[in-house]
Amino acid sequence: MAAFGSFALLIALALAAYNLLAGAVALRLLATGQPTAVSPERLADTARRAGIAGFVAISAAAFALIWSVFTNDFSITYIMEHSNRALPGAYKFSALWSGQEGSLLLWAWLLGIYGFVLRLRHKTDVRLFAYAGTILAGIQIFFLAVLNFAAPPFALYNGPLPDDGNGLNPLLQYAEMVIHPPMLYLGYVGFSVPFAFALGALMMRYPGEKWIKITRVWTLVTWLFLTCGIFLGMHWAYAVLGWGGYWGWDPVENASFMPWLTGTAFLHSVMMQEKKGMMKSWNVWLIFSTFLLTLLGTLLTRAGLVSSVHAFAQSSIGSWFATFMVIVLAVCIFTYILQRKHLQSDHQLESLVSRESSFLFNNLVLLTACFVILWGTLFPLLSEYVQGNKVTVGAPFYNRVAVPIGLFLLFLTGVGPLLPWRATSLRSIRRNFVLPVIALWATVFVCLAVGVSPWKAGVFDSGNFYALVAFALSAGVTTAILSEFLRGAGVIAKQTGRNLFVSTWLLTRRNTRRYGGYIIHIGVVVIVIGLAGAAFNRSAESELGVHDKLAIGPYTLECTGFTQDSNLNYSTEYALLDVYKGGTKQFQMTPEKRVYQISGQPQTMVAIHSVPEWDLYVVYEGTNPDTGQPIIKAMLNPLVSWIWAGLVVMVLGTLIALVPSQKPTAQRGGGQ
Amino acid sequence: MKFSVRFSFWIKTVQAAALAVAVCFSLGATDAGSRFNDLGHRLMCTCGCAQLLGECNHVGCTESGRERKELSAAIASGQSDKEILAMFSGKYGATMLAAPTTHGFDLVAWIAPFAVFGAALLGTILLVRRWVTSPAGKAQAAQLAEPGTHDPENEALREKIRRETGGDGGF
Repeated sequence: MAAFGSFALLIALALAAYNLLAGAVALRLLATGQPTAVSPERLADTARRAGIAGFVAISAAAFALIWSVFTNDFSITYIMEHSNRALPGAYKFSALWSGQEGSLLLWAWLLGIYGFVLRLRHKTDVRLFAYAGTILAGIQIFFLAVLNFAAPPFALYNGPLPDDGNGLNPLLQYAEMVIHPPMLYLGYVGFSVPFAFALGALMMRYPGEKWIKITRVWTLVTWLFLTCGIFLGMHWAYAVLGWGGYWGWDPVENASFMPWLTGTAFLHSVMMQEKKGMMKSWNVWLIFSTFLLTLLGTLLTRAGLVSSVHAFAQSSIGSWFATFMVIVLAVCIFTYILQRKHLQSDHQLESLVSRESSFLFNNLVLLTACFVILWGTLFPLLSEYVQGNKVTVGAPFYNRVAVPIGLFLLFLTGVGPLLPWRATSLRSIRRNFVLPVIALWATVFVCLAVGVSPWKAGVFDSGNFYALVAFALSAGVTTAILSEFLRGAGVIAKQTGRNLFVSTWLLTRRNTRRYGGYIIHIGVVVIVIGLAGAAFNRSAESELGVHDKLAIGPYTLECTGFTQDSNLNYSTEYALLDVYKGGTKQFQMTPEKRVYQISGQPQTMVAIHSVPEWDLYVVYEGTNPDTGQPIIKAMLNPLVSWIWAGLVVMVLGTLIALVPSQKPTAQRGGGQ
Repeated sequence: MKFSVRFSFWIKTVQAAALAVAVCFSLGATDAGSRFNDLGHRLMCTCGCAQLLGECNHVGCTESGRERKELSAAIASGQSDKEILAMFSGKYGATMLAAPTTHGFDLVAWIAPFAVFGAALLGTILLVRRWVTSPAGKAQAAQLAEPGTHDPENEALREKIRRETGGDGGF
């Protein structure tokens, strides 16, 4: 199977190379109109078919690796290092992306899938799709070259064959790890498609904004995958790492967040180009940057330049990525300089206070946030270069710098939709803003009344202050969005005589993109409320023998015993904790401490009881070496479930935005 | 006279607000428990787990227990926050601090984000102003300001048309 997999990768590389060369020659011939023996259209079609065949070859290689994992073929180094006989089936599958070589193969495979879909849909616009397909082939060549020459997944093990493999990293043996990396990779890799379209459209001086409409669904789907991937990663960190948090501003987390920020900026500013023919250069560079950031993130974490709790695969492929990034950047700059006249705006902004300028400021804030994260991630390297010693740029830095920026962005989320296009009048501002402002201040007073104040025990607390601001802004933004829904639904209700709920549904159907977008914003608000809850986290830690108690918030945990279990993969020890509230037993929690048989590595398995108010989060930390007593840590994390609920709302909003709008009856009839 | 009275009132109000903010921010955590929590979140665990000392609780950590004891002892000995951070930094290296310091080259880490944001904000405002005041922008604005175009009825009608036709294309 190793030989089959290696051969499949080699064939895939050859096909990608043909795709790029034949595609480039055909497009050049089409552009110049030179007469040739072979029809450029037919040559372009052979390139497209080579791309499709390449996808089949990469799929064969991916299948070979999965087959090898399931058949415990430890003659392959990768399988030996990332699997073992007792590893459960689902985790054997996830071994595909648990190491350097496998995750690169997954990347190439997903790129192949995207390319396959793109090439099948080429009739939408044959020439533009030919450009995009050829550019994708160029990207594919890079990944296949790395897989063939720098990080071969089918490399054979040197030395006597072991009876069993080293096993999968215990941190990765968690249900979410089966779907989190593919989601994240679908997001990362997916941005190659809008990048290819943007570069292709620029190269061929594609007229109008049609390419944006074509790539809109690609971009939105990719963004959705990246969003889900990031949040699944957060949930994994929360449930597995056992520190009670979900976001630690780790370089790998940052690497996934940066393209998300620029991708979000692109999704907003692209509307300016569609509607007004503005910000053309800006949009092109946003999508170029997003693609480059996906590569930079991989470079930073895979090359071992920055350390991370999430980096499970490091090697010396950094130079490959750095070289590729330089090439991509050079191509982007060269193409932009050559074709920049094609990107001149059709219109200019007319007012500082308008929907257009709010998009501009939204982009400004999103890119500043991206810069802050990039700066914080790279500063340790810069410091080492300048001062000779590394420094840590951790959560305290980002909390001080990025949180205010995030709150400003939340403010813009509320303000933007209330501003009309072109320009606005003072009367219009007053009419649109009065309700949100009332909601904002009412929330401030309610929060202060219930004890959410910027002071903790008489001392100013920035966390509490930011939480108060976040709650108040969330109320304002929600009111602004709901008033937009109500205003539109009111018009429809008057027209059709339907009730407000049905009218809201009809309104959403008529402009899915706009109202789907608003629902995404509501999801963001729900997430921000959940994040703000972290300011009020509480924790308690104690050595807990049988019948000992630990109190936290309204709960009392009583230890009723400890029990052990084992299977072929790991042995585990559970703490049995009865949880009381108001003197009544509510439920039992069983945090675990596992030791994996093959690697001998210990791992905590957190017990979480989640209700809308908070999560009761219990960790069995281990045993005090001095006293021999088990240590239990309990945390009460307010509003955490709101974060996951907010993601569901965001997904729902994105799906609605992806559905084509229903045209009003008159318009449908008119078109016939 | 009236102007100067009003002006001095605003000056005093701004001074009072600035003083209140300064007092709020100058107050720090005082009791030992909150100081431990605060300092524990300004230091990193050195075992390589890349977690804050106050949050590192993974099984088998060889460093965090001892470092927490050192932190408790340092607080009990009456050292200031600055002295404790300097002590840890000196003993374990600059990477023990969870964020760059505010002196020397490290200060650049704090200044750059705000400088970039300020410059970008200023640049954007100037750019928009230039667009608005350019001959093309003025012509567009003049077109917009033609009699009747800002009529509330027209505005409401435009809003209604936009909603009913769904012609907004997006947000």
